[in-house]
Amino acid sequence: MNFLQPIGHVVLDFLATAGRLTLFALAGVVQCFRPPFYGRMIVRQMVEIGYFSLPVVGLTAIFTGMVLALQSYTGFARFSAEAAIANVVVVAVTRELGPVLAGLMVAGRVGAAMAAEIGTMRVTEQIDALTTLSTNPMKYLVAPRLIAGVAMMPILVLIADIIGVLGGFLVASYKLGFNPANYLQSTWDFMEAEDVVSGLVKAAVFGFIVTLMGCYHGYTSRGGAQGVGAATTNAVVTASILILCFDYILTEMFFAGK
Amino acid sequence: MSTPAPAAAGAKIRIRGLKKAFGRKVVLDGIDLDVGVGESLVVIGGSGTGKSVLIKCVLGILQPDAGSIQVDGEEAAGIDAAGRERINRKFGMLFQGSALFDSLPVWENVAFGLLAQKKVTRVRGREVAEAKLAQVGLGPEVGQLSPSELSGGMQKRVALARAIAADPEIIFFDEPTTGLDPIMADVINDLIVKITREVGATALSITHDMASARKIAHRIAMLHGGRIVWSGPPAAVDASGNPFVDQFVHGRAEGPIKMAVRA
Ligand SMILES: Nc1ncnc2c1ncn2[C@@H]1O[C@H](COP(=O)(O)OP(=O)(O)OP(=O)(O)O)[C@@H](O)[C@H]1O
Ligand SMILES: [Mg+2]
Repeated sequence: MNFLQPIGHVVLDFLATAGRLTLFALAGVVQCFRPPFYGRMIVRQMVEIGYFSLPVVGLTAIFTGMVLALQSYTGFARFSAEAAIANVVVVAVTRELGPVLAGLMVAGRVGAAMAAEIGTMRVTEQIDALTTLSTNPMKYLVAPRLIAGVAMMPILVLIADIIGVLGGFLVASYKLGFNPANYLQSTWDFMEAEDVVSGLVKAAVFGFIVTLMGCYHGYTSRGGAQGVGAATTNAVVTASILILCFDYILTEMFFAGK
Repeated sequence: MSTPAPAAAGAKIRIRGLKKAFGRKVVLDGIDLDVGVGESLVVIGGSGTGKSVLIKCVLGILQPDAGSIQVDGEEAAGIDAAGRERINRKFGMLFQGSALFDSLPVWENVAFGLLAQKKVTRVRGREVAEAKLAQVGLGPEVGQLSPSELSGGMQKRVALARAIAADPEIIFFDEPTTGLDPIMADVINDLIVKITREVGATALSITHDMASARKIAHRIAMLHGGRIVWSGPPAAVDASGNPFVDQFVHGRAEGPIKMAVRA
């Protein structure tokens, strides 16, 4: 039964990693609620995650909205295209594409940077230095990033929603020649508070996932520059996969039985 | 050090049977070591014998496999996080690789411990930082630079300033003079002597620099093969009668310590 051995290894490894990650996440969350709070660090991370991600998330959103309008036009042209396109754009952007694409872009930008920064701190003993200066690294490094991620992602996604819908509007009214006022009216009619809110909840969860993965892989990295490189890659890959998994789970929770 | 060690009023740090292995590689194999109150102990030993590991075990950065480490009579091995934070408040540590925070300017590095514990305002923290930088021979203009803009020796001195900024009771110096020119090395030696003698801090230093060891130590201990093989006052180090110490002090390639090199 030797062939079972490698399989068992993989399973055990996976379970061990999942356990470590869960403990790490719990420790990080607990530190978010325990004083002292490092306001300076939280603000710095909020600027890093929220403000500096705006260009990349905005560009993603506007092209997504534009291409949605264009694609659905070819499908719906024969029917009452105007209302249908507005509907597709607003639902797809607010429910799905806004949070998921913003999450993936932020994973690539912020998750990687966090893993690299914290990983470098780990291998150059800066994290050890923190503990000798009576500073809990979980509280000083991890908690502010988690807080900033959960707080800023919904704001980013709200902006992405607006820009995405705007992109659809631009294509619909300037390229496809619809009446702008009618298109906006249909957009408004089809916009559901529930869609937007569910998208924002997803965004908060994705913000947690991205920052957690960045922190975890950076924090546990070892072995010099090579280890930091691996941590960066792992942070982006695992965050992206988890975003897609949780996107499904959350969608199921929100819209099951409808 | 010309002044004798202060009368042993109980050990500040008391290490018994400390063991630490990485996988199958045994690094520390039953260390027994006392550091008295106000004493300056220097640990010498070949490269890779586990001197840094020893200090990291005391600091709680590494978990020892066995043994006891008492700080002021309180057991520190395996203590919980809150207790560790409390004990670490007594400590200052100079890392071998400096370990400066490269996202912060030099002055915030130096004042980090004070600011983190909210002991001082930022304005006051900056003043303290500049005073400490002056003690290690760096001007106030260095304060606003980033650590990556400094030379290796300057980084070491900033790290030293950070280690002493909060006036700790116990200071660990991991190779404080490595990478410094001989004059600056002597300035740092004087500073360490001053801190231990005037402020009364306890110091545990690691060095390969015998001139520095003779100057700053009340007592020298030699680490070899995972154990303390000799300890005594600096005056006795030349006539220790211990072959390991003899070879180390005189820097001879021939002797009981075998360096793993192939000619
Ligand atoms: N985190 C670690 N993981 C695995 N092995 C380690 C680790 N830290 C240290 N070691 C090993 O422990 C041994 C002692 O390391 P240590 O850094 O204490 O040496 P040292 O006495 O300080 O040497 P040097 O004078 O060169 O600084 C080395 O052989 C090293 O390979
Ligand atoms: Mg060392």
